[in-house]
Amino acid sequence: MSFGTMFLQMGAGMGKSLLIFALTLLFSMPLGMIVAFGRMSKNKIIQTAVKFYISVMRGTPLMLQLLVIFYGPYYLFGMNIGSRFAAVIVGFSLNYAAYFAEIYRSGIQSIPVGQYEAANVLGYSKTQTFMLIILPQVIKRILPAVTNEIITLVKDTSLAFAIAYQEMFTIGKQIAASQTSFLPFVIAGVFYYVMNLMVAFAMDKAEEKLSYYR
Amino acid sequence: MDILNINHLRKSFGDLEVIKDISITVKEGEVLSIIGPSGSGKSTVLRCATMLETMDGGDLVYLGEYAAKDENGVSVYADKANLQKAKSNFGLVFQNFNLFPHYSVLKNVMDAPVRVQKRSVEEAEKTARELLEQMGLADKADAYPHQLSGGQQQRVSIARALAMQPKILFFDEPTSALDPELTGEILKVIKELASQDMTMVIVTHEMSFARDVSDKIIFMDNGVIVEEGTPEEVFASENQRMKEFLRRFNG
Repeated sequence: MSFGTMFLQMGAGMGKSLLIFALTLLFSMPLGMIVAFGRMSKNKIIQTAVKFYISVMRGTPLMLQLLVIFYGPYYLFGMNIGSRFAAVIVGFSLNYAAYFAEIYRSGIQSIPVGQYEAANVLGYSKTQTFMLIILPQVIKRILPAVTNEIITLVKDTSLAFAIAYQEMFTIGKQIAASQTSFLPFVIAGVFYYVMNLMVAFAMDKAEEKLSYYR
Repeated sequence: MDILNINHLRKSFGDLEVIKDISITVKEGEVLSIIGPSGSGKSTVLRCATMLETMDGGDLVYLGEYAAKDENGVSVYADKANLQKAKSNFGLVFQNFNLFPHYSVLKNVMDAPVRVQKRSVEEAEKTARELLEQMGLADKADAYPHQLSGGQQQRVSIARALAMQPKILFFDEPTSALDPELTGEILKVIKELASQDMTMVIVTHEMSFARDVSDKIIFMDNGVIVEEGTPEEVFASENQRMKEFLRRFNG
């Protein structure tokens, strides 16, 4: 098999890897905010339930979680989740939401209480206070941690091979096996690396943009 | 006319009773200073008056309207709309300024008038620039808080409070976080406001300043008012605790 054919076949999978990446961010980042609020809730039941959710998501391998989501319903209820893709997106989003939630929580709790008090005395509503005063400062503070998480996500998309979803790395491994070639791994490595260079560049720009205040 | 009445305020944190039955009246144009040792409860009075803390018992009244009313020894707060209205009567200047770091100086001063009071951007900006001018900070409108000295930041926060056109302005130890050479500029601003008949309540450790600027002084200790009256009366007090406190301050 020529390099060109190999690259084309893996290229089809790259689109899918990028799709996992994009959809996971799209769902897990807002979901993480909800989880963070649940984690900080004064309601003990909600708080405990969310704590348990986070500890399971962080305490077990994502690969295992994907297997459970895809095969679990079959063994438990005898029903099939038809779509490997859906299982991948659900698994990734639930997992990453837990990590984002903890990052958000650390950011929110690092904002001095005086900021809330100043906003309160000036008459800002709770929503205004959070959206206008607190959240912008939280975003600035958590950017480095979020960058870490996004970079990990780029590489984690390869875990979709666990349920044989045909993203780039899954295809690459198949080609490597059938062609007894090392080249697919090189292509995969370059892909992840270049992708993460772009992520780091974009996040650097974002940090720079927010560096006008301390 | 009374701008503020606090009647029989009580407040505990857990088992610790920090305010035991305190009543305060502030008339229009009056400057009241609250002095006393650390832990005497003076900041807590201010935080109750500005509703950052909820009172356990007692009334909180702004311009004759109840924000909280004592019912059988328990403070019952008014509904949300009335509390919002009560809140519009006062401004608070914090010890640590608490400016919004991501907003420019101008935006710090004009944002609440626009978003909370729904004033027009043009009008709010005009007022904000006038206030910054008055505070000697006209050239800092586009700066960000971290680029300013502590004294400048505190002046911005005074402008921010004034921009809401409050009937009464509270100061919670406004110079305590400042280097000694910067306290003078803040005290000067407060004196100017006093000369413009701004109604103010000031919690402070600056004794000579309190004496100069106040119409009335309250000396608090252990959650009660020990002495109250004109500066002359309070500073000439024969009360043992008051004398002891003043002696420590005068070295």
